[in-house]
Amino acid sequence: MEKQIESLMKISGIEITDTEREILEEELQVFLQYAQIIDKAPDYQRKEILDDSQLMVEDNVTPWPNVDKILKNAPALKENSYLVPPQQSRSKEELKPCDESSDNDWEVVIGLEVHAQLCTSSKLFCRCSTKFGNTANVNTCPVCTGQPGALPVLNKEAVRLAMLAGLAMNCEINTKSVFVRKNYFYPDSPKSYQISQFEQSLCSGGFLTIEDELGNNRDIHLNRIQLEEDAGKMIHVGAAGIWGAQASAVDFNRTSIPLIEIVSEPDMSTAYEAKEYMIMLRTILVSMGICDGNMEQGSLRCDANVSLRKKGDLELGVRAEVKNLNSFKAIERAIEYEIKRQAHILKNGEHVEQQTRLWDDNKQKTFMMRTKEDSHDYRYFSDPDLQPLCITKEWINSLRKELPQMPLERKRQFIKFGLSQKEATYLMHNCNYADYFVSVFDLYSSAKTISNWFFSEILSYVNSQAFIHITAQDFSCFLQTIDRGEISGKIGKQVIKDAFHDNKGLMQIIEEKQLRQINDEKIITSIVERVLSENEKQVTLFRGGKTTIFGYFVGQTMKISKGKANPSIVNKILREKLRCVDTS
Amino acid sequence: MVSRGLAQLNLKQLTTLLKKREISCEEILLAHLDVIEKYDSCLGAFLQCGGRKDLVALAQESDKRWGNGENISLLDGIFVAVKDNIHVDGFLTTCASRILNNYRPPYEATCIEKLRQSGAVVLGKTNLDEFAMGSTTENSATVTSNPWNVDHVAGGSSGGSAVAVCSGMSSLALGSDTGGSIRQPASFCGLVGLKPSYGRVSRYGLVAHASSLDQIGPITKDVYSAAQLLNVISGFDNKDSTSVCSDRIILDELQRDISGKKVAVLGKISSVVDPQVALCFDRAQKTLKELGVIIEEIEFPAFDYVVAAYYLISTAEASSNLARYDGVKYGVRQECKNYQQMLTATRSQAFGKEVKKRILLGNFVLSSGYYDAYYQKAQKARGYICDLLKDIFNKYDAIITPTTPTTAFKKGENEQDFMKTYTADITTVVASLAGIPAISLPCGLVDGLPVGLQIMGKMLEEQQILNIAYQFEKAVARDFSPPLGKMTR
Repeated sequence: MEKQIESLMKISGIEITDTEREILEEELQVFLQYAQIIDKAPDYQRKEILDDSQLMVEDNVTPWPNVDKILKNAPALKENSYLVPPQQSRSKEELKPCDESSDNDWEVVIGLEVHAQLCTSSKLFCRCSTKFGNTANVNTCPVCTGQPGALPVLNKEAVRLAMLAGLAMNCEINTKSVFVRKNYFYPDSPKSYQISQFEQSLCSGGFLTIEDELGNNRDIHLNRIQLEEDAGKMIHVGAAGIWGAQASAVDFNRTSIPLIEIVSEPDMSTAYEAKEYMIMLRTILVSMGICDGNMEQGSLRCDANVSLRKKGDLELGVRAEVKNLNSFKAIERAIEYEIKRQAHILKNGEHVEQQTRLWDDNKQKTFMMRTKEDSHDYRYFSDPDLQPLCITKEWINSLRKELPQMPLERKRQFIKFGLSQKEATYLMHNCNYADYFVSVFDLYSSAKTISNWFFSEILSYVNSQAFIHITAQDFSCFLQTIDRGEISGKIGKQVIKDAFHDNKGLMQIIEEKQLRQINDEKIITSIVERVLSENEKQVTLFRGGKTTIFGYFVGQTMKISKGKANPSIVNKILREKLRCVDTS
Repeated sequence: MVSRGLAQLNLKQLTTLLKKREISCEEILLAHLDVIEKYDSCLGAFLQCGGRKDLVALAQESDKRWGNGENISLLDGIFVAVKDNIHVDGFLTTCASRILNNYRPPYEATCIEKLRQSGAVVLGKTNLDEFAMGSTTENSATVTSNPWNVDHVAGGSSGGSAVAVCSGMSSLALGSDTGGSIRQPASFCGLVGLKPSYGRVSRYGLVAHASSLDQIGPITKDVYSAAQLLNVISGFDNKDSTSVCSDRIILDELQRDISGKKVAVLGKISSVVDPQVALCFDRAQKTLKELGVIIEEIEFPAFDYVVAAYYLISTAEASSNLARYDGVKYGVRQECKNYQQMLTATRSQAFGKEVKKRILLGNFVLSSGYYDAYYQKAQKARGYICDLLKDIFNKYDAIITPTTPTTAFKKGENEQDFMKTYTADITTVVASLAGIPAISLPCGLVDGLPVGLQIMGKMLEEQQILNIAYQFEKAVARDFSPPLGKMTR
């Protein structure tokens, strides 16, 4: 009882006096009796009516006009942020030296929990804007700051995007799912609970296909995709990290931005696979407009559960959850580090402790955040402010029709067109370029030619992901111009360079700079005739056997044509003319 | 005496006089203010009152409209006391808690917006048990006394709202009901209190106690006023996902004959009810029978579970709802050197002991290892109760009980014996768990303290229970005004 009350006080954020404790103990006895009484209650048959479904509203931003009124109630404010005392300092774990030698006795088991912000304009449960980088707390209202008496109203677009993600990843879309409260205290959680989903989530099952190290397809199975709200942001004042700060400034702009949490099964066995899974996941989400995929800004975040077990063991080992993985590289490195750390412990005959660990990108190491003892008891229960989320079969079917081609399918198609593995993989992961490529391919038949120019020239002038200003139409005309020999490959490269430099179209550059080659034999013949008549002395020398000066005539011809004469035609006509004069 | 009389009139009487321009809203206001001045220091109904100047100005605007025959509704210029857990512009919302003693709500509750649109005026904010947790209005900074006998409690948690109407400080009042918090104080004070069907009135702007049970509802002198106030505040609200569309109460149909209606009396109830209250209840049944109502006693095997299910569910929801008071965004804060200490110090010092107890109990109910046996089972019992009631309402138009097993408790009586306090909720929590409408109206006096009759109805069929209540009230034809004159100041 003593220990129970201690833990109750901790999760309640309340300490009580001895007399209050006595009363509580008595009341817990009463509750025990209550539990015994209701245990005898018979089963019931409440019918589920689809009409009782959760209210959903359109995704329209309606900014709250009186943020000041909300901020005015704050006990402490600093520059529009709520100011709170720092987190209780905790000693960081001393790092044991890691054994670098690889060890084949262990089998690695990895599962990922990925959080992706959905591309909606308004938040999940209120109509505040989801814009990134605004002044602290301007995108807040009574609902997302957890004001007493405010209630959540669900964003329909967020549900649609979450369902699209589920369909893209082969999930079962559940016609009935439930929102739950996940209870925990933290300054960035204004209600002190997060509205989330748990056992009855919107999407369950499913899989994502990746290519492993050997290039073989592998299905990574999913447990579920749940819809939930994001937490606020904390800036720690007076220190680089969370510990040792003097205070924290809390910004609720991010609070209640819709997230999907994609929970994989522990289906991966290498850091490479985990990274590939994340890359593939990002590609799908970004290509479908579900998430912007910006890992740096935190739109896409990843936690990894890593455990080791003896080869052949069926039971999973004790896992560590690694947080703060903000790049593909971090995912790979952190998992590799974690595998080494755990292998080292196990090799020494010790036990791995269940922990939550934080990846430090600078130190390239994981650090302990909390152990199982102080892990949270989230006290999940269905949120009484929301109804069950009921989805009609019709809605699911209509979304299914919207589904685009999935990445690996696309890649196979590009390879069929004649692209290399590397090129096809690149296009698979950069869907806007893949779309671009396809639209050029619709107008121009050789994928190989397109890819040569696209990868070696066009891409060298654009930063990754940047918009390409050259239209597909323009690009295809340009390629045809080269095919017709109207410009040389060399000039073509210059045209692309100029087009990016001047922000102009390719054909526009060709026309403005009059770069088309002269292929008209009559015109070239007249230039050649002029060159020969103006250089009688050299003609005589040539005829005298000094054939090495042939290049001189070519040079003179090109000079007069301003470089536009087709060199092969020039050569041909010069040879004819010089021979012709010779024989005459 | 004239002003005292004005203050005690019900809505129908007031609007009749206003229509004829025999009285003005300003006169009504002054009568209320007079009562407040005389008695509120003793009764403790209000935590905050609107400024006299502002109120007079609003009354004069209403008078102008009445004068031109342009009154917005029949509630134009009528004064409403509002429980201090509902957000009203211009007032703090304290929930009678230290933790919110300086909280100025940044928005207004939907039901108050609707009140304003009808021209009604909020007179002030009334006392309650802290965060509406309690049934005596003693768990508060100031104790509210029963105008019938100041040694007794007014009931709770909407005690302040009940006393405001009972004593004539306000014509109408709004309370909130989670397990009986409107009906029980109405019963203790000889008033009409209506807990609407869950969802009929938007909860947006009502500080949550237990979200799946909370409902805002009217506390009035008579059934007609309750029906009219209900029509003003109810309606679907797109800010509350649990609110529902409902038909308006047709006031003319309250007059309808109720003979032939079938009403159920729950069998086991007499065992928990005070004998004198039981006598009153018997007389009430007789009155109904005289009106042609068919009354049958039925088994209600769920009685064993209602209190248990109610306390397990309400504390669980409350523990989560009250977690947001963490000293970060609003309310008081106990400064400490780190967040965890600040959180605990703030909550431990600023919540009262009843609230702290319920939070701890609720977290116990939800904590891992106990959730299944406590919360989950309580939900199952709740479902069973709903099923049983559905069956009953297939056969009956209403269910009647005494609103409470006893008349108003003596002050301090329930301090020690919380089991007794819990059991006292047995009659009211049934309707709360099932989400069905229930009304309490006075049916007699025992030792100078009022006794309430509770009528429960089918989901969203307020019209039905209001009809029965109206006819009953008419048949009893008794003035339940407290003997204020006898009150020692």
